[in-house]
Amino acid sequence: MSIKLVFDVAITGLIMGGIYALIAMGLNLQYGVARVLNVSHGEFVMVGAFITYFAHKLFGINPLLSLVLCGPLLFIIGLFMYRTLFQYLRRTSQSLDVFEGRSMLASFGALYVIQNIALLWWGPNVKAYSYLNYPIRFLGLTFEANRLAALLFTLVLILVFYLFVVYSKAGKAIRAAAQNEKSAQLMGINVPAVLGSCFALGSLLAGLAGSVISMMQEITPLIGFPYLIIAMIVLVLGGAGNILGSLLGGLILGSVTTIVMYVEPGLSLVVSYVIFALILLIRPEGVLGR
Amino acid sequence: MDNTTGLLKKGFFSSLLVLFLATLPFYMPPYTPLAVTSILMYVVLTVSWAMFCGPTRYMSLATATFFGVGMYTSAVLGERLPFPLVVVCGSLVSFLIGLLTGYICLRLRGFYFAIFTFGLNELVRNFVLWWEGRVAHTVGRWVVLVDSLTIYYYMLAIVVLTVLVTFVINRSRYGLILLSIGEAEEAAAHIGINVTRYRIFFFALSCFFIGMAGAVMATKWAYIDPRIAFNPVLNFTPVLMALFGGVGMMYGPIVGAGVLTLASEILLSRFPYYYMLLYGILFIVIISFLPDGLVGLTKRWRKAPLLSQAGG
Repeated sequence: MSIKLVFDVAITGLIMGGIYALIAMGLNLQYGVARVLNVSHGEFVMVGAFITYFAHKLFGINPLLSLVLCGPLLFIIGLFMYRTLFQYLRRTSQSLDVFEGRSMLASFGALYVIQNIALLWWGPNVKAYSYLNYPIRFLGLTFEANRLAALLFTLVLILVFYLFVVYSKAGKAIRAAAQNEKSAQLMGINVPAVLGSCFALGSLLAGLAGSVISMMQEITPLIGFPYLIIAMIVLVLGGAGNILGSLLGGLILGSVTTIVMYVEPGLSLVVSYVIFALILLIRPEGVLGR
Repeated sequence: MDNTTGLLKKGFFSSLLVLFLATLPFYMPPYTPLAVTSILMYVVLTVSWAMFCGPTRYMSLATATFFGVGMYTSAVLGERLPFPLVVVCGSLVSFLIGLLTGYICLRLRGFYFAIFTFGLNELVRNFVLWWEGRVAHTVGRWVVLVDSLTIYYYMLAIVVLTVLVTFVINRSRYGLILLSIGEAEEAAAHIGINVTRYRIFFFALSCFFIGMAGAVMATKWAYIDPRIAFNPVLNFTPVLMALFGGVGMMYGPIVGAGVLTLASEILLSRFPYYYMLLYGILFIVIISFLPDGLVGLTKRWRKAPLLSQAGG
């Protein structure tokens, strides 16, 4: 095995891990805190990728800057979706269990709505743009500039989000609501508002992950679903409600799938599933617990 | 209403309906049985989904998986065995995999069961995709064709069988056992019910009928590949149909499957481009505004107390 290959695997693993972590932390905010297992989560990734693509193609906006555009836009879409659909479902369900079932099924409907609007609007064709598409030589090895940019961008995003969750007041409120809604309410936290913003933050993270993906890969309106599946695996890996668990789980799963990808490409999803099934069976509350 | 007369009445109307469906090909244009076949298929899927998931409240999202298992059994064995045996094999393979799955997710409670079964479908689909490419060197498979009238009668027979079995289960003590698992699983275990055994067996039994339908339907579609056979939409459709009809009552899932299949066929023929979009909207509307289904609506009109609520 050459050094080049080791570096390739390491960098790809880190990029994939970072993207998985972003998406999974988003899903964890939505399921772990707001109790909506949002099956349409992958579609937000796709929408984020398309917004970045069009911003770059039509207005020449740098993909790294589209965070300013893409983030708030998806935050608003997410907030709208939660306030209209899921809050209504929550109000009309007798118990949290019933709400979980209904909100998941409703979000499956949303998956179809979003995906098909995208198909009708943008067409099924593969789209791609070239951004920073030149090699960089470093320590006698060559890397593609856009991959390095994606890596840096993802790591910075994760760091910012980590600091937000751990140190900011809003982050503390989110963790409190995830641990125990009732007590959080008693401590003076506006829980319904926290749940809504958690759902919206989740779509924002998915959208930003989509931005990063569009820098490196071709995109179609159908790219979302596999990312949902991965996010679900990571959610189980890190434990629902444990947002930092999702961060770690995403990085681990990203590295594992990348390694498998180099050995036997067709099996990378199968291997992630076997991991997923094993974790669910041995520790249903997640490896890291709640 | 007296229990026995109610039962007789139900039996009478059901046999009339079956008789009507059985003689349908004689006085209807030839495409009618074709269209009715897909309704019958969804009735089987929905009723067998509701057989286990309705009373126990474990939401299974693996209908497509077992349907696909039936389809693949049919594709592999189609040339080697006569058709009735193929169908039996399809359902048995599905039953065995159902037993295995049930055994594996023993420890999963509540919503994790839904997540696991949803993941199971992706696992099986990706594995079959890999297997076909790597080991069998194909993408899809051709299935031996069977004429559409035979398929129609097979589906009708499967519907009758599924509904009868579900009816008997609901009437017997096993129906009560399943209900008690849904109401309070731990309490059920404490009063001496072997919860594990019943959960596994009845989950596998519902897979049995789903696999049977898959084995028959494969011969209608003629060509299958993992993306068709394990299409994730089919994981959700029976749930929606059952909820739409109402899970508490026996005829809820049947009505739900019938009405929704008809509705989606009409949507598909009228608005082929917007079909999936409209389907998604329909999905959201039903989940939001019909939590107890059509049966729940009629019950609300009669002001009777609701039996049970579906959904995990």
